[in-house]
Amino acid sequence: MKLNELTIAEVRRLLDNREVRPREVLDDVYGRIDEVEDRIKAYITVTRENGYAMAADAEQAILGNRASLLTGIPVAVKDNLCTKGVLTTCASKILHNFIPPYESTATGKLKEQRYLLVGKTNLDEFAMGSSTENSRFHTTRNPWDVERVPGGSSGGSAAAVAAGECIAALGSDTGGSIRQPASLCGVVGLKPTYGRVSRYGLVAYASSLDQIGPLTKTVEDSAILLSAIAGHDPFDSTSAPVEVPDFARVLGQEIKGMRIGVPKEYFTGGMDREVADAVYAAIRKLESLGAMPVEVSLPHTGYAVATYYILATSEASSNLARYDGVKYGFRAEGKDLMEMYRNTRAQGFGAEVKRRIMLGTYALSSGYYEAYYKKGQQARTLIRQDFEKAFEQVDVIVTPTSPGAAFRIGEKATDPLQMYLSDIFTISANLAGVPAISVPCGFTAGGLPVGLQIIGKHFDEEAILKVAYAYEQSTEWHARRPSL
Amino acid sequence: MRTETMAASDKYEAVIGLEVHAQMLTETKLFCGCSTKFGAEPNTQTCPVCTGMPGVLPVLNRKAVEFAVKTGLATRCRVSPYSRFARKNYFYPDLPKGYQISQYELPLCEGGYVEIVLDGAVKRIGITRIHMEDDAGKNIHEGAGNYSFVDLNRAGVPLMEIVSEPDIRSPREAAEYMRKLRSIVRYLGVCDGNMEQGSLRCDANVSVRPVGQKEFGVKAELKNMNSFRFVEKALEYEIKRQIQVLEEGGKIVQETRLWDSAAGVTHSMRSKEEAHDYRYFPEPDLVPLVTGQETIEAAASSLPELPDALRGRFVSGYGLPEYDADLLTSEKSVAGWYEEAVKAGGQPKAVSNWMMGELMRLLNEEGKSIEECLVRPAQLAGMLQLIDQGTISGKIAKAVFEEMYRTGRGAGDVVKEKGLVQISDEGAIEAVIDEIIAKNPAEADRLRVGEEKLMGFFVGQVMKAMKGKANPQLLNELLKKKLR
Repeated sequence: MKLNELTIAEVRRLLDNREVRPREVLDDVYGRIDEVEDRIKAYITVTRENGYAMAADAEQAILGNRASLLTGIPVAVKDNLCTKGVLTTCASKILHNFIPPYESTATGKLKEQRYLLVGKTNLDEFAMGSSTENSRFHTTRNPWDVERVPGGSSGGSAAAVAAGECIAALGSDTGGSIRQPASLCGVVGLKPTYGRVSRYGLVAYASSLDQIGPLTKTVEDSAILLSAIAGHDPFDSTSAPVEVPDFARVLGQEIKGMRIGVPKEYFTGGMDREVADAVYAAIRKLESLGAMPVEVSLPHTGYAVATYYILATSEASSNLARYDGVKYGFRAEGKDLMEMYRNTRAQGFGAEVKRRIMLGTYALSSGYYEAYYKKGQQARTLIRQDFEKAFEQVDVIVTPTSPGAAFRIGEKATDPLQMYLSDIFTISANLAGVPAISVPCGFTAGGLPVGLQIIGKHFDEEAILKVAYAYEQSTEWHARRPSL
Repeated sequence: MRTETMAASDKYEAVIGLEVHAQMLTETKLFCGCSTKFGAEPNTQTCPVCTGMPGVLPVLNRKAVEFAVKTGLATRCRVSPYSRFARKNYFYPDLPKGYQISQYELPLCEGGYVEIVLDGAVKRIGITRIHMEDDAGKNIHEGAGNYSFVDLNRAGVPLMEIVSEPDIRSPREAAEYMRKLRSIVRYLGVCDGNMEQGSLRCDANVSVRPVGQKEFGVKAELKNMNSFRFVEKALEYEIKRQIQVLEEGGKIVQETRLWDSAAGVTHSMRSKEEAHDYRYFPEPDLVPLVTGQETIEAAASSLPELPDALRGRFVSGYGLPEYDADLLTSEKSVAGWYEEAVKAGGQPKAVSNWMMGELMRLLNEEGKSIEECLVRPAQLAGMLQLIDQGTISGKIAKAVFEEMYRTGRGAGDVVKEKGLVQISDEGAIEAVIDEIIAKNPAEADRLRVGEEKLMGFFVGQVMKAMKGKANPQLLNELLKKKLR
């Protein structure tokens, strides 16, 4: 078995036992990239030189008995996380040449542990999309079927994990951008509670919804990586000053007696038959492990997608104003300031980004603010209250992650609304700020992975990890690998 | 009753409200750790946060909150326990984020007032609100050919915006209100009040209405008035212009007008239709600002004695007129100097007269502040004693004081060295009077037959001959005796 196929926990044991060197792990990872990347296109930038330099450092730490959990572990990072001295593009022409002079807090924490940066992964431009088709560079392919999308926006990270082009990866999730691609690529993806992980250095799409989280091969790896990046950060006022537990500690604990909420509004059709079957089977599996399924209601679910596309685009319209050709990134010349602005933004942004900027600008405009943005905020409060009420009865809530398995490249590209609906089950967790994880729960007849979403209470990642781990350990889905 | 001959300007009343921006004297910027020092090389006091790089986040400067709270308390505002930042969106090269972080719906301070003194009467000007916001950078158009440069040293420097009620009725009141605000922020040490360097800036909303009408007229917003004098001039011009438009049967259009100090006129910058839609919305990168009772009490207990209180004390304690008290308390250092001089034995009104007269004249000539003054308060008191004792005349005292001002020496020394002691010797004065009468027999005769105005001529001639040292009272008496 090649080292690139292993999990964080497995590589850790080999490194700590001095059976392999960080360089050798990297050799296999880059070997795999050489082998499959032209078919997968998971990366925008492969940082080979950087990776090996970090490996030398990691080796010293291991030899000096100064290793921690992620020392020497090759991790891929979504290209909307700023990495000091390493190109960070957000898959946008407007940042095609941007090299940050600073490091995101999340990757900075990994750096402190001497992780190995494999490269920067592809995404939908500025994380706006569900398929990576909105990347200005290329579309990433689903390792289970290269004619299909990997999901998005963290499609590059999900595909890289699934194809063994890294040991684990970081993504970001604003409306499902970690969980949906994890589901479509058959890996584990976790969106932490809003405020659990610092957003400093994460290029903002929608500030009140964005969270950084892990994409991994197993639930255990998810817990390890989350423990590494979580915690209050004085550079992010919205990061919560709450203690970070060792998330791996709860793994293996029994889930007997836990109440598993099944929201009736999520199971009313509109979802693929095979997805529904897999999720129902997963619920029965949890029941067989001693958990108690309870029907719950999240009555404002129907407003989630509309609410999200008002609030996220409003924030985006403002967050993306800084890309004006003045200070950094792409600039198109013009005969005066206004023309330079227009040319820069017209050429620098792709169609979906422009669509969302326009939508958000409209929603914030005077005369429309009350009807759209303000109404959206009110709906968001109701959606959050739905979850608070439901969690009075249950410990976690389970739903499908995505209404369907991976779709064909181009299938939804011309229909934004269809594309938006692929996030219908994941968006609510962002609006409510609660944590959620997607774990593999089966395959379609065509061999495409299906994901189960487990949603928890604010700052109760432990519960969703515990349930996800129990489920994973009682099934074989996570052990399957795509044949490439 | 109005008559045909009544001047047009008397038929109208101006309604003015001011928006004053005060740069706070914090060491660092509002949302990052960069220095706020004025005058550094362009772009040397910047970082990823204040240059609006991707993914960075603002962190609020607590000192700025403390300063704004102090200003709120000093202007009798309510300090809000819960306030929020909001984004004000617009594109401009000196605005690196594409939005300004300001406060909109929930400002920090509301509902206060300040008192101004005009023609001896005290008037209250209401303060609508005080909020915090970050400053923009500066565009530099010189020496760049077809391009402009941007200096972001000022970007992110903390400002307070102090918004008045439309309580101001004349340009003089406006200037007086500005002076009072400047005085308050300087007493507090929260702003240096330097209008030329732009640390105190002012926009004015001005309209006119027929005297007696309740409704406000259509207003114009005036910008670019960077001195007290320009505030007054610009408003005078604008009020005249609006009255003229109305008198000619025209209509005022709501617009923003720029004051051109060189031409002494205001001209239209943009109309209401062209006005920005700032698309304000709550800043998602900052949590709501909670200002606890302890913070407010700590700020309250650290407030110095403020100009209004001091003015009241100067009136009641020293028996000064409002006018004197207002002028002497406009600067903390001036007020302190005054009190020291009185404490050293100076008669209160005499000290006031000398400070507002000679001392201010000499300081203004050199553009010096009272801190740089060589004369000490006790020395002025000493000189006043010499006048009281009849050692020197008031007239000579002026020369003595000027010498004291230049050298920092005491009045006694100056008088002795220059031989300026007043001559009260009857014989000596009489001898000179006789001499002058002998030289001017014709004038002496005319005075004797009743040409009273020649009295002054003789006083002058004798004083001139005695180098101003004759005791004026004695001189008068002796002259009358000899020439009647």
